[in-house]
Amino acid sequence: MSASAAGKIEEVFRREAGRVLATLIRLLGDFDLAEEAQQDAFAAAIEQWPTRGIPDNPRAWLISAGRNKAIDRIRREVFFREKIFDRELAAAQADMLAEIDESDEAIFGDDRLRLIFTCCHPALNDEAQIALTLREVCGLPTQAVARAFLVSEETMAQRLVRAKRKIRDAGIPYETPDAAVLDQRIDGVLAVVYGVFTEGYAATAGTQLIDVALCAEAIRLGRLLDTLLPGNTAVMGLLALMLLHDARSSSRVSDAGDVVLLDDQDRSQWDQSEISEGLALVDKSLTARGRVSPYAVQAAIAALHVGAGDKQATDWPQIVGLYEVLLRLHSTPVIELNHAVAVSMVDGAARALDLVNSLAARGRVTQYHLLHAARGRFLQQLGRIEEAREAYGTALKTAALEPERRFLAARIADI
Amino acid sequence: MNYLLLIYSNEAEMMALGEAGLKKMSDEYMEFTKSIVQAGQFKAGDRLKPASTASTVRVRNGKAAITDGPFAETREQLGGYYLIEAKNLDEATAIAARIPGARIGSIEVRPIWPLTG
Repeated sequence: MSASAAGKIEEVFRREAGRVLATLIRLLGDFDLAEEAQQDAFAAAIEQWPTRGIPDNPRAWLISAGRNKAIDRIRREVFFREKIFDRELAAAQADMLAEIDESDEAIFGDDRLRLIFTCCHPALNDEAQIALTLREVCGLPTQAVARAFLVSEETMAQRLVRAKRKIRDAGIPYETPDAAVLDQRIDGVLAVVYGVFTEGYAATAGTQLIDVALCAEAIRLGRLLDTLLPGNTAVMGLLALMLLHDARSSSRVSDAGDVVLLDDQDRSQWDQSEISEGLALVDKSLTARGRVSPYAVQAAIAALHVGAGDKQATDWPQIVGLYEVLLRLHSTPVIELNHAVAVSMVDGAARALDLVNSLAARGRVTQYHLLHAARGRFLQQLGRIEEAREAYGTALKTAALEPERRFLAARIADI
Repeated sequence: MNYLLLIYSNEAEMMALGEAGLKKMSDEYMEFTKSIVQAGQFKAGDRLKPASTASTVRVRNGKAAITDGPFAETREQLGGYYLIEAKNLDEATAIAARIPGARIGSIEVRPIWPLTG
């Protein structure tokens, strides 16, 4: 096989893998069986395509090859007959006979959406939801998923097996939820996508600040959801938020791998195409009918940051106002903290310190290093140097990520 | 699939509802049970006497030891159950959410693992 032919086949696999797997799961009613079928289909393609050429509709070819291989397997191995339920076997055979229009994009879209809702089902624990989504929807190898969670490949493989077993044994459906519960379930899906993004954007531990691959996967998922559920305000809001953050990612880290604060970032490095796409989505989300999504409000805040020509032009009073909207919609300690930082830019450090002290007094986030770092900064601005040093010290003790630790150590040295 | 819905609640909190409150809840249970019988989802169901009436049996070295009380002291106690037939977990959890006790306690939803012979 020539290198260019191999390249073309590779490219088809990359493009079609997600759709093929999602549809095979529906047809076969079993994750493991579908994954094996997908591999079998790819293996058959590598064998046959170089001599016979790539078929006109490679996706349909791969799906029917995968389905036929799976049914061969079921027939051949008693093991599988016990493993999958009789009704699933019957369904797989019925589908084999049924003529589906393999070129119908809507069917594949629906299958991918089903797969996302199944992987992000609330009956699975949060970590399992993220891991399954990365593995099954994004098609990341188990090893890469394991790296994202800082566990061994074997541990991750076991977690994935457990999650898939629960899907099968507890009867978690392979279905897009009814309209009545769709909004609620979408929130869960978006939390998973945002979880993938934030883990990529500010890893919780390790030596690297940004895991570009995870950010890219999260944005890809966001775009996919926006295609599958067009006009959904929460989906648009989250996609906008991720794009506006991602646009700044190359300027967030210095060449030496150190943290660069927003004020000091080189604005010429920001990705203008992501920014304009993000800004358009914020507008669309906030002006569309339906509920106001907290993601869209956060995206609007990010838009004010990137929209300012330079740091002096940042519209802090409006940012404070948006944080107050956000606190009413969806209050979390992290949002309270960010609100306090914005307040410090408008009303000064004394008022901001009150807010942060009140947050700390409620004891919800005492292990969160950024809370102590913010306290340190406010105290320093107020000239309370000893207390500032102490607060930065606590921040350093609770921070786990190397670049952030270096940043905090530099702050302490500067005082 | 068949699912067992285990109804847990804090018995002291239940008693605190008072006679009128308990009567109202019992009426709601009658209503709920009727609805799942009519929908063809009901297979079995009962309430249980309080955990103070429970005894636990263990057989060790061929000898049965009987002790007072449930296996573990917990904040919520098993107070009843339904055995239902549902299409999948989403349908089962939707039924569980309609159990009156879900509003004050919690419902554990467990798929039945059929014996295969």
